[in-house]
Amino acid sequence: MEAALKERQDQIHRTGDKPFALVCNKDSLAGAVSQRACVFCGSRVVLYPIADALHLVHGPIGCAVYTWDIRGALSSGPELHRLSFSTDLQELDVIFGGEQKLSRALLELIERHSPKAAFVYSTCIVGIIGDDLEAVCKKVAAETGIPVIPVKSEGFKGNKRAGYTAACNAMARLIGTGDTTGISPHSINILGDFNLAGDIWMIRDYFARMGVEVVANITGDGRVADIKRAHGAALNVVQCSGSTMDLARLMEDDYGIPALRVSYFGVEDMAQALYDVANHFNDPDILQRTRELVREELEHLLPKLEFYKQALTGKKAAIYVGGSFKAFSLVKAFRLLGMDVVMVGSQTGTEEEYRELATITDPGTIIVDDTNPLELTGFLEETRVDIFVGGVKERPIAYKLGVGFCDHNHERKEALAGFAGMLGFAQEVYASVMSPVWRFTEHYQSGDRA
Amino acid sequence: MTKNPKPNYISTTNACKLCTPLGAALAFKGIEGAVPYLHGSQGCATYMRRYIISHFNEPIDIASSSLSEKHAVYGGGPNLKLGLLNVTKKYRPKLIGIATTCLTETIGDDVRLFLQEYEREVKGDKPLMVRVATPSYSGTHMEGFHGAVAAVVDSLAAALETKTSTVNILPGFVSPADIRYLKEVVSDFGLSATILPDISETMDGPAAKKYEKIQAGGTSINEIGNMGANLATLEFGHTMPVESGGAILQQRFQVENRRLPLPMGITASDRLFAILTRISGREIPDKHGKERGRLVDSYVDGHKYLSGKRAIVYGEEDLVVGLTAFLAEIGIIPVLCASGGKSGRLAAEIAAATADLIPEQPQVFEGMDFFDISEMAADLTPDLLVGHSKGYSLARKLDIPLIRVGFPIHDRMGGQRIQHLGYRGAQHLFDQVVNAMIARKQADSPVGYAYM
Ligand code: SF4
Ligand code: SF4
Repeated sequence: MEAALKERQDQIHRTGDKPFALVCNKDSLAGAVSQRACVFCGSRVVLYPIADALHLVHGPIGCAVYTWDIRGALSSGPELHRLSFSTDLQELDVIFGGEQKLSRALLELIERHSPKAAFVYSTCIVGIIGDDLEAVCKKVAAETGIPVIPVKSEGFKGNKRAGYTAACNAMARLIGTGDTTGISPHSINILGDFNLAGDIWMIRDYFARMGVEVVANITGDGRVADIKRAHGAALNVVQCSGSTMDLARLMEDDYGIPALRVSYFGVEDMAQALYDVANHFNDPDILQRTRELVREELEHLLPKLEFYKQALTGKKAAIYVGGSFKAFSLVKAFRLLGMDVVMVGSQTGTEEEYRELATITDPGTIIVDDTNPLELTGFLEETRVDIFVGGVKERPIAYKLGVGFCDHNHERKEALAGFAGMLGFAQEVYASVMSPVWRFTEHYQSGDRA
Repeated sequence: MTKNPKPNYISTTNACKLCTPLGAALAFKGIEGAVPYLHGSQGCATYMRRYIISHFNEPIDIASSSLSEKHAVYGGGPNLKLGLLNVTKKYRPKLIGIATTCLTETIGDDVRLFLQEYEREVKGDKPLMVRVATPSYSGTHMEGFHGAVAAVVDSLAAALETKTSTVNILPGFVSPADIRYLKEVVSDFGLSATILPDISETMDGPAAKKYEKIQAGGTSINEIGNMGANLATLEFGHTMPVESGGAILQQRFQVENRRLPLPMGITASDRLFAILTRISGREIPDKHGKERGRLVDSYVDGHKYLSGKRAIVYGEEDLVVGLTAFLAEIGIIPVLCASGGKSGRLAAEIAAATADLIPEQPQVFEGMDFFDISEMAADLTPDLLVGHSKGYSLARKLDIPLIRVGFPIHDRMGGQRIQHLGYRGAQHLFDQVVNAMIARKQADSPVGYAYM
């Protein structure tokens, strides 16, 4: 296969090669065509689903327009998050500063849309021209009476992870400002689910059936008022390690709320998540209801999965996703379908997570941090997989090589969480792997060819 | 009809434009063996790739110097050079097209100087380097596109051997299908063309046996090197900056620059065919004469479904001019023409293209976003929208059809195969428009006719 750039070798590991060593969380290499985005992107991903807040991107037009309504994060009510607001900085603003324009834009938009709060994202250029976002936000907040919160997301100040942190810091300013009376002792916040294709509705339904109250969705189908009183919950249930773990830590420090890490993808992890929450509350009724729920769901699901398992057993998969925590669940989900994972990687995993991946995957599995199109191509040619799980940027690479594809990113429109989501996942994988179109391509898949 | 003033808001909501380097990257993508490279931070390149991929469904690698905080303070030169080195190593490109971004323009990086240093410092074979300044705080993706074309011409065009049967075509940002069509037309006239850029294969490639690091196709460097010796330049569009590729060829090599509107609809296409007739000394090839004939025939067949229908047209300025002219000639009344661009020439170009076709000029506004367009739309009672996918939510709100043209097409397959140009493109658009109107009439009828 095509060798990776020398500087990138230490970001690739093969399970079984000893000892485990993989470098991550480093800046992308210049000229390597990273699949990563920027700090701003990280913040935008996390805060985006808060549907009754105004999200104003302070900067030139591109940063805002490329993030306009591209995510599948659904709202059951207001849809302010689906609009793309920008100060669209022009040359004169860059020379003389954009504070005036920002403040007028904020006032105009707040009056027009009456949002419950406003987030103001700074982009690269704002970091350079030195606009004082804090001051502008403070002034506008005083004038309008709603929280106006700067998000320090200048694109070049780190990678996507730094953006998650900036988003968490922004939300931390809301938390603790709402009234918490009447919240049940058996209550949680859901952190790190973004309600792609309605995922969080399914999860909330499970918790409701268990008798657990959800205080705030952070942030899928999120609302400002809920986040303000999130400190009243008894437990934080955190999915997707990267994006909202910082917030959970802050809330643990400031309000003593413990955090549980879970994943809602795949049968095992979904059931485990519910049991972990039930065990935390140590209430026999909740535990009993949880058992019933899981049994009901599995009784319904497992027979249906059988069909897909038969068709897919022995097929091979490669995974490249944003955060590596999701990759664990995907590895297990593929196992449940009888499939082998031969490559797994992420844009922003931590060393600890990669180490864990190396222990749960089969020998020879390629583990990779912050890869790029040429490397991916090399891996796909080498491993001959039947399906690739990734985001939109990886899709044409897979398709060009005659490899099936499943979108497991923020743009997706298919629900993949929960027990029903496992079925959805199986259907997605089946739909691509078993399609007759591959007979016309020069495929690289596992079966027949070389 | 009363003329409303243009809405004048401070903030931008749902922009009707993209940022400058995106256009430059796409233009560079139409050159053989080229890799587009953004000098800036990583995010811009990744965002643009995602945006472009969702339209073309093709891989597009855009390299970046991935600047981080320290580079923003001390200058991006070292990372630019490291990036160029890495791209050279991995892709073995013939050309690297370097576009700046807001960040590097603002910190004042002198890319010209960095490239001179690179030239001195790095030994061995190096790809050609073409650079273009593309700060997004001035201009849109179209300025980036035309800027990149001009930069390529400026640094590579020469006059090597006199060609007596080759014309230059600078088509602007049109679809791969449009470029394939232009090639066919020119060759049917017994001519050949150097089309710059040529994304007909690089952004619409066949299923591959082996992954191409750089997709095959694109205007060859040799051809570009000879643009100064070709018969004439046909440059489509009137809203690009004065220093265009065609203008440079004319000043430097005295290659006649024929600027014409995008050949959309019969009137504008006739101009293209007339020029080709004159240059080639041949009559319009029978095939195209017949296509025109069938097009006229269909205009006649369908005209009553279209009479008096009102359209809102939006998108890149030259595309809006072309579409408006086309709609006017089939009997549709354009009521609002909007663009996020700000050439200052949009209204005049639309007037020039439609003056004898419509009794009253539409409202024409530059610097518009979709909030502005939506605000005006309700009063205008349009029957259809014509533009790219981002007008969908408005079309849905107004409950009228959207005719998808241009870029981006993010909610349908085949954006790269949409035909806009010439008699064939007009035929394609006409069928779509007239059928959308018939479908609406059919759906609205309580009777449910299967015979319209
Ligand atoms: S910073 Fe400039 S170049 Fe980068 S995405 Fe934003 S507008 Fe485009
Ligand atoms: S300018 Fe900065 S913030 Fe905007 S997309 Fe580019 S890297 Fe991200």
